Amino acid sequence: MENDNSGLKGETNMKSPFYNRRSFLFSAGLASAFTALEPFGLLSPASAIGLAPTRSMRGGSNNYRPNAPMVDRLGSGFWVSGRVRRAGDGAPLEGVRIQIWAATTLGGEREPRNHGSVLTAADGSFRLEMEQIVPNFGQPHAHLAYDDGAYETVFLRPVMPSASDTSVSTEFVLAPV
Amino acid sequence: MQNSARGAVATAIWIILATVMIGPVLVATTSPYLAYRNTAYIIGGFAGIISLSLLLIQPLLAAGYLPGARAITGRKWHRWVGTAIVVCVGLHVGGLYVTSPPDTQDALLLVSPTAFSVYGVLAMWGIVLTVALVILRHRMGLRYATWRLVHNGLAAIVVAATVTHALQIEGAMETVSKWGLCIAVVAATGATLIDLRLIRPFFAPKGGWINGDPNARKQKAGDEPPA
Repeated sequence: MENDNSGLKGETNMKSPFYNRRSFLFSAGLASAFTALEPFGLLSPASAIGLAPTRSMRGGSNNYRPNAPMVDRLGSGFWVSGRVRRAGDGAPLEGVRIQIWAATTLGGEREPRNHGSVLTAADGSFRLEMEQIVPNFGQPHAHLAYDDGAYETVFLRPVMPSASDTSVSTEFVLAPV
Repeated sequence: MQNSARGAVATAIWIILATVMIGPVLVATTSPYLAYRNTAYIIGGFAGIISLSLLLIQPLLAAGYLPGARAITGRKWHRWVGTAIVVCVGLHVGGLYVTSPPDTQDALLLVSPTAFSVYGVLAMWGIVLTVALVILRHRMGLRYATWRLVHNGLAAIVVAATVTHALQIEGAMETVSKWGLCIAVVAATGATLIDLRLIRPFFAPKGGWINGDPNARKQKAGDEPPA
């Protein structure tokens, strides 16, 4: 623009070639389509087909030791619990193996005594008693994994709101492979 | 002031400083979490706590505020404390790496689930850059004024990032003593920077002071100050 005044004059006098009804409708359409997509969720693929699968959490697989032994309990006083459902129809999944590990009063996340697996009941629920979880790397948290092939693998890392909590609960929604 | 009174003030300053620095470390040694950790984790954790603690005395030494460690003596200590901070940061990252390689890798690659990791890594890179500048500043031909500006800027970033990192962590440090130390660290760095870079230059006599030292004579740009 050579001169501010002439530019302003020009714009008010002519039909703006840069922004008309067609471009407004086009950009508005793009914007609404965009909001319907993933982060805004108005029309996410998951809601179209029902219950969305759980995504793995950052750091969820850290210090994972595949095939933790099936256990009745790993200790006492702290409960890790949750529920496993199928993506889409939300049906509870029975007999699914969930692997659990965490830093407890027995030691860190790599301590074998802090690793164990449980199976889900008919209603999809699971729970495991272990020693008190203690903050590890700055946060009190547990690790849970589904990694058995029939569904997409999921690693969770739920954080306890308080280090003095005596339980932590989470949920898996698994997508068939 | 009489010598005895001056001595009493000096002693009081050092006692207060030592309490604020060492107190939180001692309190952390009583943390129940330590019983559940392996040696590498404990060493790594305390190296981090000691780094934070050393950040309190570091600017005070640089500015020569502390009795018995004024001017050149203070600068000499500043270098030793700087070296100690670098060693502690190495032990901190190394100890954590040995304890949990995947968690430490996540932190270093900035993909950790914990926000405080990013601040820790930012502080680490600030210290790495500081070391690089200390080693290379003569070779790079940095003017003293430029060096001072960059060094101070990095120091401010390191302090802010370290304190943010520490405050968000649930670990061996006890909450009140940790906040006390962090506030003291920020106050010491902030006050020193404001004093040396704003107040003293503003009130400096014609001809100037060098780095807040009224005894040093102004030199030509690019000259080294008296070591």
